[in-house]
Amino acid sequence: MTPRVINAEYIKTKIIEAIGVLSFRSDPKLLNCMRAARQSETSEIARDILDAILDNAAIAANEQIPGCQDTGTLVFFVDIGSSVLIEGHGLTAIIHEAVAEASRKFYLRRSIVRDPLLDRTNTGDNTPAVIHLSLVDGDGLVIHIAQKGGGAENMSRLFMLNPSSGREEIISNVIRTVTEAGAKACPPLILGIGLGANFETAPLLAKRALFQDLEARNPVAYYAELEDEIKSRINSSGIGPMGMGGNCTVLAVHLLQAACHMASLPLAVNLQCHAFRHLGIRI
Amino acid sequence: MNTVKLELPINKEQIRNLKVGDKVLLSGVLITARDQAHRRMVEMLERGEELPIVPRETCIFYCGPSPTPPAKVCGAIGPTTSSRMDGATLILLEHGLLAMIGKGERGSELVERIRAKGAVYFTCLGGVAALLSKYVVSCETYAWEDLGAEAMYKLVVKDFPVYVSIV
Ligand code: SF4
Repeated sequence: MTPRVINAEYIKTKIIEAIGVLSFRSDPKLLNCMRAARQSETSEIARDILDAILDNAAIAANEQIPGCQDTGTLVFFVDIGSSVLIEGHGLTAIIHEAVAEASRKFYLRRSIVRDPLLDRTNTGDNTPAVIHLSLVDGDGLVIHIAQKGGGAENMSRLFMLNPSSGREEIISNVIRTVTEAGAKACPPLILGIGLGANFETAPLLAKRALFQDLEARNPVAYYAELEDEIKSRINSSGIGPMGMGGNCTVLAVHLLQAACHMASLPLAVNLQCHAFRHLGIRI
Repeated sequence: MNTVKLELPINKEQIRNLKVGDKVLLSGVLITARDQAHRRMVEMLERGEELPIVPRETCIFYCGPSPTPPAKVCGAIGPTTSSRMDGATLILLEHGLLAMIGKGERGSELVERIRAKGAVYFTCLGGVAALLSKYVVSCETYAWEDLGAEAMYKLVVKDFPVYVSIV
């Protein structure tokens, strides 16, 4: 196959553009979910909060102020075709540069510190970004970008379950994660669930699941029903928007499953707050 | 839902009249402080030094704003998770702190101390930081600029909406 050559500067420009969209514009499907939830909420305070979320989205878009002050860790999932050649600069270097430039350009909060323990000084430009590269067939270049806030990320969990655990134990661990997170994760939430794989891959599946279209359902009927059941059981828990009570705690549940070792049943639950900032671009 | 307006700083008398679940519109000065600023305050108190704030007269807001774009009053303004500041707050309460704003529950020991001291913990909505920025009249760095987003900022607010969570 002849290589497809893509210019590094062009990729950088596209990434910066995408970060600009992510920072100020809410996903229209998210707003639809929010409006539907507003209709079915019976609690006054929950309706008040959902109205505030909708007003916030409008102000953020009109005035170019981030919808949440925590503009997050910039997370990238890059699927690069094996026949793509990038000209001018390495891909990871381009991503870091784009993040630094976008942070200045869009006045994003600088939230990254240099070292977890020894030196928690701010790097000043939101680098390094978190980057996951996958080599795929073909000549495509797909970049998924998220601004992932700390609150919901801190309350995300990994469970290494026993293979004899059934569906019920999986559901109860997901419910427990959401309940323990309470207002800290800023509900209403979107849940990314990774089931199977191993210790490091289950969380990756959970995070990847968050990049799905908000209306997407698992193609396997059994798992699609599991997503539905998790959603309806959490929503009947009464946690509500911002944990202040109500029947809208979860807007969407996305589960990705993978083969695993016969001794294992990993379950990763990545919580996504209502400040849902995920976007995919194809270059 | 009961809504009340309050001018900052607030005193114990005013706090006694608040009930959990009340919506309160705060006007006056908020000082932001999060993880690193709390750590510094605790270290200073341990050394017997004077803090950059007077705890009794300060409403602490657990918040790290986003930078102010040109020609704007402030950037995005919203709460971070309060429970990370629980340990430091136990100490600040002993030095007179009466009011704080953040998001999420607090530990049971702190809940008890907040009540015993006649203080109040407000929560405000997370993830609506463009909306909350509209209640900010002015924003300036107050102390420890070197901490970046974790510095102390002085926010003058008008009718800033919060909910009474612990009283
Ligand atoms: S959890 Fe999400 S909405 Fe809440 S403060 Fe963090 S980024 Fe913002």
